Amino acid sequence: MSEPAIDIRAHSAVAPQPLMSARGVCFDAGGQRLIDGVDLDVLPGRCTVIMGANGSGKSLLLRLLHGLLTPSEGSIAWRGRPLDRAARREQAMVFQRPVMLRRSVAANLRFALSVRGVRGPERKTREAETLTLARLDGLKDRPARVLSGGEQQRLAMARAMISAPKLLLLDEPTASLDPASTLAIENLIAQARESGATIILVTHDAGQARRLGDDLIFLHGGRIAETGPVVRVLDAPRSKAAQAWLSGRLFVPNNP
Amino acid sequence: MESFSAILIEAIGLILSWDADVIEIILLSLRVTLTAVAVSCVIGLPLGAVVGAFRFPLRTGVLVAMNTLMGLPPVVVGLMVYLMLSASGPMGVLGLLYTPTAMIVAQTILVTPIVAALTRQVIEDLNGEYAEQFESLGVGRLDRVLALLWDARYSLLTVALAGFGRAVAEVGAVIIVGGNINHVTRVMTTTIALETSKGNLQLALALGLILLAIAVVVNGLLMAIRGTAARAAYV
Amino acid sequence: MFRRNFLGFAAAGLLALGAVGPAAAQDDFIIVQSTTSTQNSGLFDHILPMFQDKTGIEVRVVAVGTGQAIKNAANGDGDVLFVHAKPAEEKFVADGDGVSRSDVMYNDFVIVGPSSDPAGVAGMSDVSAAMAKIADTGAAFASRGDDSGTHKAELRLWEAAGVDVDAASGGWYRETGSGMGATLNTGTGMDAYIMTDRATWISFGNKGEYQIVVEGDDRMFNQYGIILVNAEKHPNVKSEQGQAFIDWVLSEEGQAAIADYKIDGQQLFFPNAG
Repeated sequence: MSEPAIDIRAHSAVAPQPLMSARGVCFDAGGQRLIDGVDLDVLPGRCTVIMGANGSGKSLLLRLLHGLLTPSEGSIAWRGRPLDRAARREQAMVFQRPVMLRRSVAANLRFALSVRGVRGPERKTREAETLTLARLDGLKDRPARVLSGGEQQRLAMARAMISAPKLLLLDEPTASLDPASTLAIENLIAQARESGATIILVTHDAGQARRLGDDLIFLHGGRIAETGPVVRVLDAPRSKAAQAWLSGRLFVPNNP
Repeated sequence: MESFSAILIEAIGLILSWDADVIEIILLSLRVTLTAVAVSCVIGLPLGAVVGAFRFPLRTGVLVAMNTLMGLPPVVVGLMVYLMLSASGPMGVLGLLYTPTAMIVAQTILVTPIVAALTRQVIEDLNGEYAEQFESLGVGRLDRVLALLWDARYSLLTVALAGFGRAVAEVGAVIIVGGNINHVTRVMTTTIALETSKGNLQLALALGLILLAIAVVVNGLLMAIRGTAARAAYV
Repeated sequence: MFRRNFLGFAAAGLLALGAVGPAAAQDDFIIVQSTTSTQNSGLFDHILPMFQDKTGIEVRVVAVGTGQAIKNAANGDGDVLFVHAKPAEEKFVADGDGVSRSDVMYNDFVIVGPSSDPAGVAGMSDVSAAMAKIADTGAAFASRGDDSGTHKAELRLWEAAGVDVDAASGGWYRETGSGMGATLNTGTGMDAYIMTDRATWISFGNKGEYQIVVEGDDRMFNQYGIILVNAEKHPNVKSEQGQAFIDWVLSEEGQAAIADYKIDGQQLFFPNAG
């Protein structure tokens, strides 16, 4: 086994056990190797940002880490155990395009709890808390599918957070949102961290990466091109892939 | 041949006269068909949902069977049920032949494949949208089937309607297993067949118009429900 | 929440199921396998209420072709057989499916045709000659072709006329494979001659330009018989009630009721029991 691409232990006084470890993970589809030899450790409480060009394998990697896809080679461990359905229930994922059940806002939240067997008064309490947290109180009886894009993504975040997951996997959650909605989502992410969740965030937004992230993984062609603290990688990328990509990003006006 | 307007007038007259026999026939038609559709839904919705939501060995075979059975000729179903329920058949002791229950059984056999096959399509489409989210949430098999059925409920109304249409218009099966016995198993379609055979074409067509009107009312009701749901973005 | 609603849906379905009960609460009924001619003529609607008033027994009539009626009864799906094909009825009894056969009534067959009368048979009373003439001119003839009593009688008459209808089938001889009413509807639609029992014809509502062209030959006599299905072979048969119905039909009262039944002043069936 090669040395993990990200070793959070270097940044941390004590070295806690990784929440999640990937070793030599590859994923093939249609005769092509789309993820190639990824090693990483995710330590509890950190926010890891995954960046990279379109097609570099960010979303695939996220799905592999969530157990929605099975690696063609290599292995992923969750708290030292295999990544199975029970493990997945300790995680939650928000997709780029939120999938809303054809029910009310509140029923969408309840669903996430009821499939985990949370019922009765506890479900009521958590539903109310989460509605308030995501500022969805006024919308709770609305059909989820008539909400705006920003409101839907807020609901998707709330639905992911309501089960108090140990790990939140976020796939470009603000990709098509306006600044106000983006801010609302970022606030929710910050609140999730405060309550102890570990975050893995895929984003194209370097500003967002700086605001939220601790560590950065830069993917290129299904491989990890570079890893390191967010600020260091963004300010002084060492890999050619990250340099090229970031030089394109520098033209975005609001990028510091 | 009578003019169409004369037939229309006769149909309206038949309804307005509130003829006890006609009402009895209409009510029996509705009772048999609605019960058959309800039973078909109880069987066909979960069956279609399971086939639509999961991959399993022999799934293609089940699919082909369901789609093929959709085209079952009513007469063949009538004969099959007759042979089952006949006094000399395996279920003869039940004494169900020539009863409304026999007609319900026959129509259920006709309608269940339609409900199952159309449900499969609806659920498979919805599952395509939901599958990854369900996987992520760790939704169990039973919860998944129930959630898909519930979220597709308004689309499934259309499925039930397709079954209703097939059952209410069907004559070949019910006339064999029901026997078209006056006041016992005489329904709209068998009455139409009988009146046609008596050469009372005008009366037969008038009854046909009533049947059509019933179908329109049932369709209208369900579509209204669905329309309300669509405006609420639940479809 | 969604579980509860879903169960509500299912419960509604089961409620609908619960609505299915026996059509009539009373169990005192018999099933009579009979023919379309007796049913379509309205005879049963005339006589059955009298019998039910007297005995309290409801008679449920399944009206199909004689051939199918006999097969159904041979399966035990009926208590009484009331048809018109004497040889087949006698075989039914000989096979042990029926107890015994009694004559009930008769009517007669007639040949109806379009007023244009393409074969020129109108007014003939020798049925063999008329049928031979139809065959010679190749005028269309619509046959039941369904193994019914009428169909069997018609085939006997063709044989007597020396006409091989099998060879002509699909040409001028057209087998509809349907009941009497359907055959009349089809036949009149293609200007074909049709042999029908008089009762069905009188009560038929779609005569158009048709009229009776051949009648009155003794060979067109149409005898109806009644048979109790044999409970020794078919244990579910309600022998007692079935026999009560047969006894009544053959009684003076029943026979009078049959003779009484008229449409437009014309008597349709002529009782001849005993």
